[in-house]
Amino acid sequence: MTEAFRDRIDIALTVNGEQVEARVPAGRHLVDFLRLDLGLTGAHAGCEHGVCGACTIQVDGQAVRGCLMLAAQADGAEVWTLEGLTEQGVIRDLQDAFVARNALQCGYCTPGMLASIKELLDMGGVPDRATIREHLSGNYCRCTGYEAIIDAVETVAQARAGKGAA
Amino acid sequence: MKALAGGYARARDVAHAVDLLAKADGMGRVLAGGQSLIAAMNMRLSTGDMLVDISRIDALRGVTVDGESLRIGALTRHADIGADPLVARHAPLLAQAVQHIAHAAIRNRGTIGGSLAHADPAAEFPACVLALGGTIHLQGPEGARTVAAEDFFIDIFETAIAEGEILTAITLPLAEAGEQHLLIETARRSGDYALAGLCLVKRAAGYRLSAFSVGPRPVLAVAAMERLDAGDVAGAVAALRAEIDPPGDTQASAAYRRHLAGVLLTRALHDLTGETA
Repeated sequence: MTEAFRDRIDIALTVNGEQVEARVPAGRHLVDFLRLDLGLTGAHAGCEHGVCGACTIQVDGQAVRGCLMLAAQADGAEVWTLEGLTEQGVIRDLQDAFVARNALQCGYCTPGMLASIKELLDMGGVPDRATIREHLSGNYCRCTGYEAIIDAVETVAQARAGKGAA
Repeated sequence: MKALAGGYARARDVAHAVDLLAKADGMGRVLAGGQSLIAAMNMRLSTGDMLVDISRIDALRGVTVDGESLRIGALTRHADIGADPLVARHAPLLAQAVQHIAHAAIRNRGTIGGSLAHADPAAEFPACVLALGGTIHLQGPEGARTVAAEDFFIDIFETAIAEGEILTAITLPLAEAGEQHLLIETARRSGDYALAGLCLVKRAAGYRLSAFSVGPRPVLAVAAMERLDAGDVAGAVAALRAEIDPPGDTQASAAYRRHLAGVLLTRALHDLTGETA
């Protein structure tokens, strides 16, 4: 290997508001880094080729696939996982709505669902059900049949809009 | 599975990236948004790559009007293209395409340069650039050069990019007044690869039509374009079906894809002009 290329890369990033420094293998994707190196098992590794959405996390304010980004590429990034989002309370209403509507059963897809939904809700307004479905088309759920998830998102969007208007 | 990369290097600028590729002993692989490459690496379809990460090169990102053409930096992300006012005005076909590309989280990372360089025959952007008559800008050890979209796509995942070269930008002619663009495709689920898709552009000089997911590379349907210009819709549908060579797989048979392409053309013309076959 030439000197220019490294098989282990030093990275410094923020994860859930905390500074993290690490040395990661070149091929390590971000979800494995979070789960195996940092012990943050909230984001789930599912298909590992970007199809199922279980690994969706927030990087620099955007929802991304944790399995389609290398940890090496996250140098300098601001990463939020379900643990941090829960601790901050920013999706408390959404999590409550998931429970109230039975929008999860096994829970495997839920962290990714929540990260994707957070991005949609952060855009503001009350998306119609077709828009919610479209936005969540990249997050597979094999338990619920999706209706309960759409219900939960719709409920929270309406509640947030109502609060904003009041 | 887990990716097995040979090594990783982050490029500071294009010259550095070209230099890194030259040092990679033929194992160099350009990493941009990674939405296809990292998936392929995770599935071990590609191992031992010496990754040249160009994703921090700011000069390769953004959309500008450059004289008579629209210039889109290779690292411009799908989500940014979908929201860009210059794209909406001068190349609305690309903005339409974004709605069909995968899912929101993937559009946040995927780049147009990566899509073109990857040259998936089912991808939307390659067919768009072909229909619009765009130009692909490359930079390599011998300097910069351009390739017309019509000469760029060679085979499945194969383009005119030579060893050691990097795709830096795409330029497209600015849409003229009254020009119409339409992208139409059929997929089994939202975000899936299309079973078949078409890009239709109507200019004062005539129609441009490209098809994707109907062969080993996007096809400029020249014979169908000629029939469209002659006002012969049925002839255009027949010509399109004759000049594509779709694959049959678990998603759809070759015959179904060929049939579908014709149906899509009829629908596209109806949407564009109100004409019926």
